[in-house]
Amino acid sequence: MSIEVAGVNKKFGDFVALENVNVTIPTGQLTALLGPSGGGKSTLLRIIAGLETADSGTISINGNDATRLPAQKRNVGFVFQHYAVFKHMTVAKNVAFGLEIRKRPKAEVAARVDELLKLVHLGQFAHRLPSQLSGGQRQRMALARALAVEPQVLLLDEPFGALDAKVRKELRDWLRRLHDEVHVTTVFVTHDQEEALEVADEIVVINEGRVEQVGSPDQLYDEPANNFVMGFLGEVTTLNGRLVRPHDVEVATSPRPEALTGTVSRVLRIGFEVRATVTTEAGDVTTVMTRTHARSLGLESGVQVWLSEAAGATTVPVEPTTTVG
Amino acid sequence: MARSTFGRKGPVAYLLRLLVIAYLFFLVAWPVSLVVTNTFDEGFVSISDLFADPDVVTALRLTLIAAVSAVVINTVFGVGISLLLVRYEFPGKRALSALIDLPLSVSPIVVGLALVLVYGGREGWLGPTLERVGIQVIFSTPGIVMATAFVALPLVIREVVPVLTEVGIEQEQAAESLGANAWQRFVRITLPSVKWAIVYGVVLSLARSLGEFGAVKVVSGNVLGETRTATLVVEEKYLNFDQQGAYATAFLLAMVSVACIVVVSLIRPKSHD
Ligand SMILES: Nc1ncnc2c1ncn2[C@@H]1O[C@H](COP(=O)(O)OP(=O)(O)OP(=O)(O)O)[C@@H](O)[C@H]1O
Ligand SMILES: [Mg+2]
Repeated sequence: MSIEVAGVNKKFGDFVALENVNVTIPTGQLTALLGPSGGGKSTLLRIIAGLETADSGTISINGNDATRLPAQKRNVGFVFQHYAVFKHMTVAKNVAFGLEIRKRPKAEVAARVDELLKLVHLGQFAHRLPSQLSGGQRQRMALARALAVEPQVLLLDEPFGALDAKVRKELRDWLRRLHDEVHVTTVFVTHDQEEALEVADEIVVINEGRVEQVGSPDQLYDEPANNFVMGFLGEVTTLNGRLVRPHDVEVATSPRPEALTGTVSRVLRIGFEVRATVTTEAGDVTTVMTRTHARSLGLESGVQVWLSEAAGATTVPVEPTTTVG
Repeated sequence: MARSTFGRKGPVAYLLRLLVIAYLFFLVAWPVSLVVTNTFDEGFVSISDLFADPDVVTALRLTLIAAVSAVVINTVFGVGISLLLVRYEFPGKRALSALIDLPLSVSPIVVGLALVLVYGGREGWLGPTLERVGIQVIFSTPGIVMATAFVALPLVIREVVPVLTEVGIEQEQAAESLGANAWQRFVRITLPSVKWAIVYGVVLSLARSLGEFGAVKVVSGNVLGETRTATLVVEEKYLNFDQQGAYATAFLLAMVSVACIVVVSLIRPKSHD
């Protein structure tokens, strides 16, 4: 059931945008497609929606083969990064569009539009034109428009990408709550790992047209499949030939067994955190700790320290061929 | 105090303004206003005389029929060609785009002669065949419509293409994912987005079509009361020293064009994006 992507390949000219992609997206969940820019996230989403055709492979939605179905017959809600609002229609008309195409009775359309605009908190803006809305409001309208036709799946392509950090955060929380209310199978594209970790039930990491890993936020964070995933989900540093997160590096001011020694070369205070760069024989290691902790250690430039992995830290051996993003 | 070199009040700005006003006055405003004053030298007599002459009325009707047909043809094909140029990739696209501008750069008289070469009743490529099935093109209304359509061909396309390019394809894709088929997308999304571009294109085409002279002169045969159009009447009257009549006809033609432009600027929404 759900969305099944099997053996999908897509080329643009000679450029391979997707290479043998196999993913199953579970029903009723909020799934994030996460990856760096140009990785093929939008292409995959557009292929699921039918706005682009794969060179090979199949797509099935809720058990039905949709590979050759045109977008208009897939019953998929799509929300574009740049809203794609119908500029010449009022907010209410935008939301009503899909229902009017389906020739639903006028009264039913009006009632549903009303209900949806309330859901996205745009009740009082029904008669405005999209140009009179803010970016966040436009995006909520686009979401209501996609939800109006009761799609089997909702696909969002970087829905909050064009908004400023604060509105983005608000909308992200709001999307999570909305999803808990509506429960439609939802896939959203993002290149922001924090957004994915915070909102999604399941994350699909895509890089250079390939799926790197699929799993829950915890699985990805605690058991990254490779260097790339480890590096993409958060900052990493190299300690004893392994990738480790800077806050998982323990710093001591006296010798410890199996610890790597070095000299603090730089201390940077950012808000409540302190970032210290330690120069060792094996290169620079970055560590992060709270201000209080740094003060209690007396951490300063030139101090000799001993570094080791914290107990239970997530680490991955360094693969020399992969570049860490 | 730093003063912007683009300040509005400098002597250069005044000089430029003066130049532009003088230029427009001597080239456009004065000559056109003389047409108006000459028309009404003796009040409305010249206009009513015009409508009393059945040949002139026929000519005006013919001009109207030709112009409206040409505009309809050019609007339908213009929107179609614009969609083709903006939305699709195909070999020869640049050549097609260049070809569409041809009518703007070729003299209308050449257009007329070219049409005669193809559709001429006796020696044209296609003319004799068409004549055998009973369709006369040259020296008849179809030829006049074709010549008019030819010269006004690029006007709708050149208005619609940039707007279509700017609007992009996302709104149509959104409509598609909401279940709209190709025709519904065209009618509900594409057409409304380029509505104003089409209106401007139509107005320009209409004005251009009403005023077409050279191409029509060649293909129409200029038969009094049959294939003589309004612009040909102006020439005829002018050459026959009926200056009043010539000015009055010219005035009527100019008025229709001015009226189009005024109406559009009145109904056009203040801000449309
Ligand atoms: N229509 C197209 N023609 C040619 N190349 C394309 C086309 N669409 C996408 N690509 C290429 O395919 C690759 C993947 O594009 P895609 O839009 O899927 O990336 P993305 O992961 O969504 O990136 P972003 O986060 O920047 O949106 C990119 O390198 C892009 O240049
Ligand atoms: Mg993208």
